[in-house]
Amino acid sequence: MTPKRKKRIMLIGLMLAGVAIAAGFALQAFNENLMFFYTPSEVSAGEAPAGRMIRVGGLVTEGSVQRQSDGLTVQFDVTDNNKTITVQYTGILPDLFREGQGIVAHGQLQEDRLFVAAEVLAKHDENYMPPEVADALKATHDAATSDNAKKVN
Amino acid sequence: MFNNFFHRMASPKHFYRLAGILIPWLAVPCLLLTLAGLYYGLVKAPPDYQQGDSYRIMFIHVPAAWMSMFIYVVMAGAGAIGLIWRIKLAEMVAISSAPIGASFTFLALVTGSIWGKPMWGTWWVWDARLTSELILLFLYLGVIALNNAIDDKRMAARAVAILALVGVINIPIIHYSVEWWNTLHQGPTVTKFDKPSIHLSMLIPLLLMAVAFKLYYAFVVLMRARCEVLDRERNSGWVKELAEKT
Amino acid sequence: MNLEEFFNMGGYAVYVWSSYGIALLVLLVNIIAPLRQRKKLLHGIAATARRRARRNA
Repeated sequence: MTPKRKKRIMLIGLMLAGVAIAAGFALQAFNENLMFFYTPSEVSAGEAPAGRMIRVGGLVTEGSVQRQSDGLTVQFDVTDNNKTITVQYTGILPDLFREGQGIVAHGQLQEDRLFVAAEVLAKHDENYMPPEVADALKATHDAATSDNAKKVN
Repeated sequence: MFNNFFHRMASPKHFYRLAGILIPWLAVPCLLLTLAGLYYGLVKAPPDYQQGDSYRIMFIHVPAAWMSMFIYVVMAGAGAIGLIWRIKLAEMVAISSAPIGASFTFLALVTGSIWGKPMWGTWWVWDARLTSELILLFLYLGVIALNNAIDDKRMAARAVAILALVGVINIPIIHYSVEWWNTLHQGPTVTKFDKPSIHLSMLIPLLLMAVAFKLYYAFVVLMRARCEVLDRERNSGWVKELAEKT
Repeated sequence: MNLEEFFNMGGYAVYVWSSYGIALLVLLVNIIAPLRQRKKLLHGIAATARRRARRNA
């Protein structure tokens, strides 16, 4: 390796290190803005800006979805398994919206702690499987939990 | 001996000839794998338990997104080799990769958008994953524009290599964006460390398409690099001879 | 699976087929572009060579 080439490698290495450090600092500084949504816990802890449109993300609590008489307004609870926020939304929901599903709601928290959403997006998980497999998994899961319940009893 | 072989391989004339032989040997398997991937992906694979048949967009979207990052790393690596060892061939591979990488990035973004509309409920959101992938497209376009803006080919190659190397920082950001920040985009499926959370019948077409796309990149980059060779070596005897024969 | 079901894609036909269509188009363009460029380059180089030869003659 000639000294010239060594110098070039050094220069490139230094450049890459510099860029990486700069990017690291920049991302650290903008960390909060890079978060797409707040979790219900963060909102409860007052970490989300009040009186502004924010996004809240979490799982739709099983059995919490209520459709109002106008047929378009829905109310449901969003949870991160720690804190829960009640969301109200009027409009068309994405195909993936269902109980137990991850969603991101864009809206504003009212005085009465009700989160009125202008937009609801569904988040899908990273699992892909045929319906039969999902059913089988669910069946074994249910069996396991009822077994556990029996043991407790 | 090894050095001699390496230099012969890197000589434009030999590269041009060798690439010409290699292209069909890459293109034909690529076509066969694509057909197999389409068959298993569109016909054999069952619908997804949540997303129904819409998830089949994945067989284009995910390999395209992988390629968008893979090609960028190859481009930056070839650029670095060009910078350090001044090997013309590396410069040519670097600049030939840019339009192909840009195409795959474009495909990943567009198919993702088409997939997002029915599933998420939106064509686009400014979350960390989608935004960093869009920046990748701009990096590719920047590389292409910079190369076109500088007339001297070797100067252009150096400028392009530096831009490509600076942009490499975006690759880990894209990959880890879904873990570092809250995003609408879901986490990784296949590259998870424990086990891929995808059923085998769906994993097979995904991997078939991924290999097919790799082969596609290999033969298209050779086709483009051959054009670069002709353009740069237009005054050498063997290129003139070749041109006269056509 | 019958043909109609296949084309219908469980109601997601527009999304699935447009994705595959765009992909096919982009991948084909990327193959055709270097083929045409190579032809153009070789023709250009040959034309220049002929012009030079004529001038020298």
